[in-house]
Amino acid sequence: MTPAEIRQEIIDILTDIAPDEDLSNLEDDKPFREQIDLDSMDFLDIVMELRKRHRIQIPEEDYGELASMASTVKYLEPKMANL
Amino acid sequence: MHYDTIIIGAGMSGLAAGIRLAHFDRRVCILEKHWTIGGLNSFYRMHGRDFDVGLHAVTNYTPKGAKHGPLSRLLRQLRIRWEELELAPQAGSVIAFPDVRLRFSNDIELLRSEIEREFPDQGDNFQRLLDELADYDDLDASNFNGSARQFLSNIIDEPLLVEMLLCPLMWYGNAREHDMDVGQFFIMFRSIFLEGFARPLKGVRLILKLLVRRYRALGGELRLRSGVRRILVDGRRAVGVELEDGQQLFADRILSSAGMVETLKLCDDLAEEQPAVAGQMSFIESISVLDCLPREIGLPETIVFYNDSESFHWQRPVDSLCDTRTGVLCSPNNYLYPEESGTLPEGIVRLTTIADFDRWANLPEAEYVRQKMWWYDRAIASAVRFVPDFRGHVVATDVFTPKTIRRFTSHVNGAVYGAPDKQLDGTTHLENLFLCGTDQGFVGIVGAIVSGISMANMHCLRQA
Ligand SMILES: Cc1cc2nc3c(=O)[nH]c(=O)nc-3n(C[C@H](O)[C@H](O)[C@H](O)COP(=O)(O)OP(=O)(O)OC[C@H]3O[C@@H](n4cnc5c(N)ncnc54)[C@H](O)[C@@H]3O)c2cc1C
Repeated sequence: MTPAEIRQEIIDILTDIAPDEDLSNLEDDKPFREQIDLDSMDFLDIVMELRKRHRIQIPEEDYGELASMASTVKYLEPKMANL
Repeated sequence: MHYDTIIIGAGMSGLAAGIRLAHFDRRVCILEKHWTIGGLNSFYRMHGRDFDVGLHAVTNYTPKGAKHGPLSRLLRQLRIRWEELELAPQAGSVIAFPDVRLRFSNDIELLRSEIEREFPDQGDNFQRLLDELADYDDLDASNFNGSARQFLSNIIDEPLLVEMLLCPLMWYGNAREHDMDVGQFFIMFRSIFLEGFARPLKGVRLILKLLVRRYRALGGELRLRSGVRRILVDGRRAVGVELEDGQQLFADRILSSAGMVETLKLCDDLAEEQPAVAGQMSFIESISVLDCLPREIGLPETIVFYNDSESFHWQRPVDSLCDTRTGVLCSPNNYLYPEESGTLPEGIVRLTTIADFDRWANLPEAEYVRQKMWWYDRAIASAVRFVPDFRGHVVATDVFTPKTIRRFTSHVNGAVYGAPDKQLDGTTHLENLFLCGTDQGFVGIVGAIVSGISMANMHCLRQA
């Protein structure tokens, strides 16, 4: 997957988790938390959805990498490059 | 057959946990003893009419788009759209004590203005209470214990107001007699006064059907009439269950919504009675079908919480089948259903009264039927001191008792809110047996669903 495709996939997942949220103005460099209301349960869901959809394992100590769209895409790039 | 997780009970919490696990492709099986789903909050049809067992109000109501609170959390976690629950907000409710009535709605400002009117010097104290509540995190278990009466009395120095505030909160979610845990008080205060009441026109069956359909669509397995007789234990672990018909099923872990005492009783390794204490608070509930709408006879309120003296007694009846000094009267007609959805076919008044399980359970059959009728009359006679007398309009009735509750939930004592001591982290003496639902800590429909979700997350999804 290219970085753009990974970004779209994250948007899909967020839409799934928070269907009432408007994601069209999401700024990639700002933390998700400042723009959409995600609690710890929702964060777990991003991780779980990635595992469900792409069999990607993200260890708990790496959850911090998922803070913003930019950092998430960067973190996932090597893991999703061959998908 | 080997599962990732076996869930005991197809009530609100078991179904919610099941959806989470099935969504993430776990092999999951829900085992339900009853022939139908819903547990405490099921539904039935009688003489051509649809009835709900429990539902007065869905608490924790927040409008579409709200980002905080248990309702939005559960919608997200279960991938349910807000519209799918078809929640119509309440018209308005009241706490009625002798000579004082406090109205409240889904807007806290109404309660505030009522308090300022009836208790002019308590306005600032009420604000202090709200400030304290704003800081409370209900997923943090560390400051849950402690006396709510004490806590409230430190802030509000008008005893009658303390009693009036506690009345609805205890009624809708306190397993403990006399007093309430501070944490439970915060949770209930928020769910009732800061968020509020709502109801789908079609009642609880809409919620249950939504949950079970979702669960099945995700590939989850549900077995009805499949009571668990034993939990099979090997050392520190549960390895599976044995059903009432002798069949054995195996799983990596078990999540039980049967209750703390009830679950421990199923465990192979615990031959003796456990010290865990079962709850005592049980109810009779009557349903009266009217020949008119409640509001046409001067009953526009959604829910009336009444108490006939200045002190609110929240305890098992000491010397009789029921204690009618306090009660909750609900009219499902009095919700603001959207015009296009229609209305309920008939006027309905539901009335809940405190009852004693043992006395009801020990009645011989004929006497049981007679007492049901007698206490129906007594309960209503008590209620009509606080609402217009609707007795002349009643065309049909049904009553259920602590025995009925026991049959639907298998809770010891028919305890509606389960055991007084909650197990907030859901753990048990076995490393892979967990509790969800009533005895984990969150009660009510929304509470039970959130409990199922969070226990599935914590114990089944985060691991493995
Ligand atoms: C009269 C009344 C009115 C209520 N009104 C409201 C209301 O207006 N609003 C609100 O939010 N809440 C209300 N409640 C409370 C609400 O119904 C409960 O808090 C909630 O439904 C609890 O769900 P649960 O999943 O924790 O437990 P339960 O509903 O008790 O589910 C447990 C399930 O486990 C099954 N089970 C038990 N043992 C076994 C076994 N050995 N094997 C297999 N299955 C087993 C039971 O049959 C049951 O289906 C009311 C309750 C009552 C009784």
